[in-house]
Amino acid sequence: MVAFIQLLGRVVLNWVRETGRIQLFLLQGLALAFVPPFRPRRVLQEINQIGVKSTLIILLTALFTGMVLGLQGYYTLRKYGSEGALGAAVALSLIREMGPVLTALMVSARAGSAVTAEVGIMRITEQLDALDTMAVNPVQYVVMPKLLAGLIAVPLLTAIFDVVGILGGYLVGVVLLGVSSGSYFSGMVQSVVPLDINGGIVKSLVFGLTIILVASYKGYHTEHGAEGVSRATNQTVVLSAVLVLAWDYLLTSFFM
Amino acid sequence: MIQVIDLHKSFNGQAVLDGINLEIPTGKITVVIGKSGVGKSVLLKHLIGLLKPDRGQVLVDGLDITKLQGRKLQDLKKRFAVLFQGGALFDSLNVFENIAFPLREKARLPEGEIVRRVHERLEQMNLSLEAGKKFPDELSGGMKKRVALARAMIQEPEIILFDEPVTGLDPPMSNTVFHLIKKTHAASNYTALVVAHDIPEVFSIADVVAMLHHGRIIACCGPEEIKHHPDPVVQSFIRGEPDFLEA
Ligand SMILES: Nc1ncnc2c1ncn2[C@@H]1O[C@H](COP(=O)(O)OP(=O)(O)OP(=O)(O)O)[C@@H](O)[C@H]1O
Ligand SMILES: [Mg+2]
Repeated sequence: MVAFIQLLGRVVLNWVRETGRIQLFLLQGLALAFVPPFRPRRVLQEINQIGVKSTLIILLTALFTGMVLGLQGYYTLRKYGSEGALGAAVALSLIREMGPVLTALMVSARAGSAVTAEVGIMRITEQLDALDTMAVNPVQYVVMPKLLAGLIAVPLLTAIFDVVGILGGYLVGVVLLGVSSGSYFSGMVQSVVPLDINGGIVKSLVFGLTIILVASYKGYHTEHGAEGVSRATNQTVVLSAVLVLAWDYLLTSFFM
Repeated sequence: MIQVIDLHKSFNGQAVLDGINLEIPTGKITVVIGKSGVGKSVLLKHLIGLLKPDRGQVLVDGLDITKLQGRKLQDLKKRFAVLFQGGALFDSLNVFENIAFPLREKARLPEGEIVRRVHERLEQMNLSLEAGKKFPDELSGGMKKRVALARAMIQEPEIILFDEPVTGLDPPMSNTVFHLIKKTHAASNYTALVVAHDIPEVFSIADVVAMLHHGRIIACCGPEEIKHHPDPVVQSFIRGEPDFLEA
């Protein structure tokens, strides 16, 4: 019994400590964005790595997500004789939920794991130490540009996801199943309000920061060689997915 | 002068440094020898604050690097250059950019001057301009070492810490590197700490030789004296006797 309580205490303490450390890491990373040298080139490189290179996978997932939404929505709405609301249904699901969440999960799977591996290898091969000895702050040189890139790229990718998803819904609903094009778009215009869009933007900002923060933190604190890197990469993918969904619930309840 | 005073460090309950006392005199070359795994790299990392000791001090001209923070620590670090045992070259930068990195970050020289100095170092390390365009994963082990050496030495700092500068180089190249260390040292008179196994070659550049054993410095004297040091552990190490004789 005592052993169990001790174990519980240790787990909780570890969890609290780790959470605190991640937050300090975040504060440090963001604060260093405002301290010279500003490193705009590094930020652009990371936007390319994290954002531009994720575009294709986002286009593909968005297209199919939109098509599935169009199909499911059409058959559900037809029962109530309101196929005209298809555009609104597709757009609202995408803008409020699917766009931000799926974009974050896809970017995390493609770029988040890569960030952990890259930073983790820099840790175990002493590249981070080498930066430090050259009086370059490794958090500022390596982590800060990635955090900014997450903040900038993920919302943009989310916007692309939403647009392409809406087109995918159009493709299935209007082109294949014969919903009228006018009602698809006019329903959308009538039912999407600024709060939906703002909520989506806030979500994508939070998710973008979260996944890159987790990925950099896990990489930065890698230990025990190559095996440690693979463990850190695993943890990144799992932890980011859980955090994205947990944040999603919190933010959704906030914006309702 | 760098003074190491009663330095203790253990990992997972295993003491690696167990009361190190060492003086690294300014403008001299101090060589640290000792068996593999004895803690030479760990000691070196304490000197520039990459590892924090459990106990003890590292004074660089009187400033305790284990206690400094912020600006003061940065300023102190700028006086050092380090050659890491594994090279620690930046994967994402090519050879040229790796060598130029400290000049761009620390010294902020004009581009033409940077190119000139990097080419000079490439030549010194017997690396072609073509090699300058390669990335670290395209280099052989010895080439990596030479690039890392070039990156450390181009900084022309007051203090250079070399962790095994010639391990993995062929004999002519390792002699070249020792010669280069000696020559640049004669010219700019930096303080050097060299971790090396290459006995007796390394004695030719040493002003002081220190031997690390079981977490302590068991000998610290000139290269001639160390050859006649009374301690049998030192004797068997520099004669390269197999380990089992020591017990
Ligand atoms: N970060 C670390 N965590 C745990 N143990 C470590 C760490 N760094 C070094 N050690 C341990 O400290 C001891 C000394 O390691 P160190 O790398 O300093 O040896 P060394 O004298 O440089 O050996 P070599 O000549 O082979 O390079 C080793 O037993 C090593 O396992
Ligand atoms: Mg070593």
